Amino acid sequence: MAGQVLKRYEKLRGEATAAVDALWRKASVRIQVGSATCEHAAGSEAVWEEFRRHIESSGRGDILLHRTGCTGRCSREPIVGVIETGRLPVKYHEVDRDAVHEIFHSHVLGGKPVSERMLADQLTEHANHLMLCDGSGCGGAVQGGVREAFLRVIAESGMNPEKIRVISSRCLGFCATNQAAGEITQALVLPENVLYTIRDENDVRAVVQEHLMGGRIVDRLVNREQPMSQRFFDLYGDLAFFNQQHRIALRNAGVIDPESLHEYVRYRGFEALATALDRNDPEWVVKMVSEARLRGRGGGGYPTGLKWAQARKNNEKTRYIICNADEGDPGAFMDRSMLESDPFSVVEGLMIGGFATGAQRGFFYIRAEYPLAIRRIEHAIETCRANGLLGRNILGSGFSFDIEIRLGAGAFVCGEETALIHSIEGERGQPRIRPPFPTESGLWGKPTVINNVETFASIAPILKYGSDWFSRVGTPQSGGTKVFALAGKIRRTGLVEVPMGTTLRHVVEEIGGGTANGKAIKAVQTGGPAGGCIPAGFLDTPVDYDTLAKLGSIMGSGGMIVLDEDDCMVDVAKFFMEFIQDESCGKCTPCREGTKRMLEILERITSGKALPDDIERLERLGRLVKRTSLCGLGRAAPNPILSTLQYYREEYAAHVHEKRCPARKCRALVHYEISTERCVGCTMCAKNCPVQCITGARKEAHVIDQSLCIKCGRCFEVCRFNAVLKG
Amino acid sequence: MMIQTDNRKEVMEKSRAALPDHVVAFIEACNSGPYPHSQLISVLHKVQAHFGYLGKEQLDAVAQLMQIPAAKVTGVATFYHYFRLEPQGKFTIRVCLGTACYVKGADRVVERLRDELGIGFGETTSDGLFSLEASRCLGACGLAPVVMVGERIYGEMTPDKVPALLERFVKEAEKQAAQKQS
Ligand SMILES: Cc1cc2nc3c(=O)[nH]c(=O)nc-3n(C[C@H](O)[C@H](O)[C@H](O)COP(=O)(O)O)c2cc1C
Ligand code: SF4
Ligand code: SF4
Ligand code: SF4
Ligand code: FES
Repeated sequence: MAGQVLKRYEKLRGEATAAVDALWRKASVRIQVGSATCEHAAGSEAVWEEFRRHIESSGRGDILLHRTGCTGRCSREPIVGVIETGRLPVKYHEVDRDAVHEIFHSHVLGGKPVSERMLADQLTEHANHLMLCDGSGCGGAVQGGVREAFLRVIAESGMNPEKIRVISSRCLGFCATNQAAGEITQALVLPENVLYTIRDENDVRAVVQEHLMGGRIVDRLVNREQPMSQRFFDLYGDLAFFNQQHRIALRNAGVIDPESLHEYVRYRGFEALATALDRNDPEWVVKMVSEARLRGRGGGGYPTGLKWAQARKNNEKTRYIICNADEGDPGAFMDRSMLESDPFSVVEGLMIGGFATGAQRGFFYIRAEYPLAIRRIEHAIETCRANGLLGRNILGSGFSFDIEIRLGAGAFVCGEETALIHSIEGERGQPRIRPPFPTESGLWGKPTVINNVETFASIAPILKYGSDWFSRVGTPQSGGTKVFALAGKIRRTGLVEVPMGTTLRHVVEEIGGGTANGKAIKAVQTGGPAGGCIPAGFLDTPVDYDTLAKLGSIMGSGGMIVLDEDDCMVDVAKFFMEFIQDESCGKCTPCREGTKRMLEILERITSGKALPDDIERLERLGRLVKRTSLCGLGRAAPNPILSTLQYYREEYAAHVHEKRCPARKCRALVHYEISTERCVGCTMCAKNCPVQCITGARKEAHVIDQSLCIKCGRCFEVCRFNAVLKG
Repeated sequence: MMIQTDNRKEVMEKSRAALPDHVVAFIEACNSGPYPHSQLISVLHKVQAHFGYLGKEQLDAVAQLMQIPAAKVTGVATFYHYFRLEPQGKFTIRVCLGTACYVKGADRVVERLRDELGIGFGETTSDGLFSLEASRCLGACGLAPVVMVGERIYGEMTPDKVPALLERFVKEAEKQAAQKQS
């Protein structure tokens, strides 16, 4: 019965909102502390405890400690937010015990934010901020540009321009409500958090004169719909990082309490599920997902709508749906963060998928190395069951569905879908030949849909804001956003979510801030062990499944490792080959033997024992393994080698023919020497050499005994006079 | 179908005794549900969580109680890297050798750990305190290089931070021992 399910949902939402608001109203100050694996590693648990103690001894009942997941700013953690009623949130970074003390006394009790500990570029120094959407769906309404019009009108008005900051932001997702794309611009005024629709210069004048100067909200221009990211500014103050992003899959990460169903529902969680169940039309869901042009985020990029339609077509009615949370790419942590920071959204996506494909049971296959993610998903499932969101007759819709967790056990190949199915069945996780594809014959021989964590996390927004909006965010081939895990030699490590088609340069330089040490970026490794290295010269490539494939790499699941001049590409290839060789399941010969042989050759090359034709041998073998292996692991295994050979052949040649490592990374090919001119004889190196092969009297030049040196590089690191030379 | 043999009762009793009660209960619950054999990996996780490793006796017991051939149980236990077939030290140190950590110099941290502990990967110190394991990405790549001791993660490791880290756990072990005595 139409409307009944939504009515039930609204009731649930009313209760959730009341519960959360009651709690928050009581608090004049909320202190947010991140809780996720990375936050814990940075020490957030001690910070939480310290705040708890401070609150207790202050005797104040109106200070609330609020747990959130991680926002993805790894290099700045632990991150703490302070939210006072009626004021913009303030974020602090790298908070330790001393900082807690200071923040608590100065800001929480005294009302004075501690500016030197704040994340840079927050929304606090100006009286007003005006954010203008710069996304593809906006703009064009005013001659000469809306931004310029605002600046001009503000200048003409005689206001102190210091008090207003006009910011162009990347698309903030406001275009969900944008009826006449391209003819209007959305403008968000903070701290009042009012969203205006600007059509012409008169509107610009009205906002400046009435709102910015007069302090009155211009009612007739207010956009009444609440776009998804608007709430971000309720809860988040950090612009530099987020202004450049577009958060769909990570919409709640770091903003809500991952263990609170109430908070999730308050922010309209499960509304998409309720809508789908209320319409009682699985075909509609499949159509929406297809039209959104959502492609699988696990690496393959297969259209999700198509996969679901295939499963629906099957005559067999017992069907399963699995969330692939095996995240095997060593260097990627998007899925972990989503599971830990916003578990309900993944659960909701999986349930919608279950409804759309006609599955009765869902599974989470999570790697055992993620204990916190496992606990959070467990908690989410139990909470949903207890609230009638899982189990029989969900929200009175007649749809019954339940979810079970199965754990991986440290085998990379189990991320491959047929291996994953074997693993859930309790077998060794070895792949099998496809077809039949899992949508025909999967778990226990039944039609099975497998999707990645991020794929599921993108589903609810598609149903809520429309496939049109989602597809407009991306490229013509691929809709929506992609989350990348930035790591390696980059200043701001962490998670970033950007529209498909954003350039690599934007991601690593503008959002990631370039390299930490100021050295030049040499390459960006994408796709993990199945991907390749993209040289710095191609940084202007828009990131998409097809563009990266053309460059000899792959999009993969979203790991992005930045390499600088100090990284040796041959050594990088060897690193991945070691990984793959170790993870090959051994079922087929090309992969089992081929990876071993390729690794042997790479070991020869990096240790200065290469045969003259080793490069050609490597290439031949790589092509063979690529062509003849049974599953995706073997077929992609040579990619790191072939892509580095494509762009860095001369680096291989230097190793092979000159026995030289241009990056001075391969240990067997470097040597250390002490410059007699520079050495002041401080004895630091001799004290630190693990094999005691440095000799010399105090205040005299030291000497390394090359025959004993194990090339550990300690001397090079500890010498403060740059006297140890690396060559 | 349970195969009936003369000494079945005895064997089942012995198998039950080899495993903690909650694992036996879990297996029995699985046996009465659909696709009981699919729970083999879950059972092995529970056994390892309890004992710290999978001993021969426990593997046999699991095979008996789940009615899965022992060869297959061993086959599964050896296929997955996460399962350990040898007893572990009091603290297991997992060094991440994932891509991000490799790029940020995990090899030097490993070297220092090896030097300080005098053991290699897959080995346990003679005092039974530490085991050293290599790990593939702990999901904290933003803080690379990363080391995990027990369930605690330590980020931005350098070789020079290794001695203090080990010292902390030596102290913790001493404290625990002292508490036990008093
Ligand atoms: C060796 C190998 C490892 C894989 N690992 C993962 C993984 O960790 N996570 C994942 O979602 N997909 C992984 N995949 C891709 C899956 O097989 C599958 O395509 C994907 O889960 C489908 O979901 P999607 O369409 O939503 O991307 C892997 C594939 C191969 C060949
Ligand atoms: S390609 Fe490698 S991982 Fe895949 S089935 Fe063959 S041996 Fe196993
Ligand atoms: S590289 Fe290492 S072994 Fe060689 S001299 Fe320097 S400190 Fe000693
Ligand atoms: S540390 Fe440097 S300056 Fe000091 S003795 Fe060694 S080489 Fe000479
Ligand atoms: S690569 Fe080490 S934690 Fe991911």
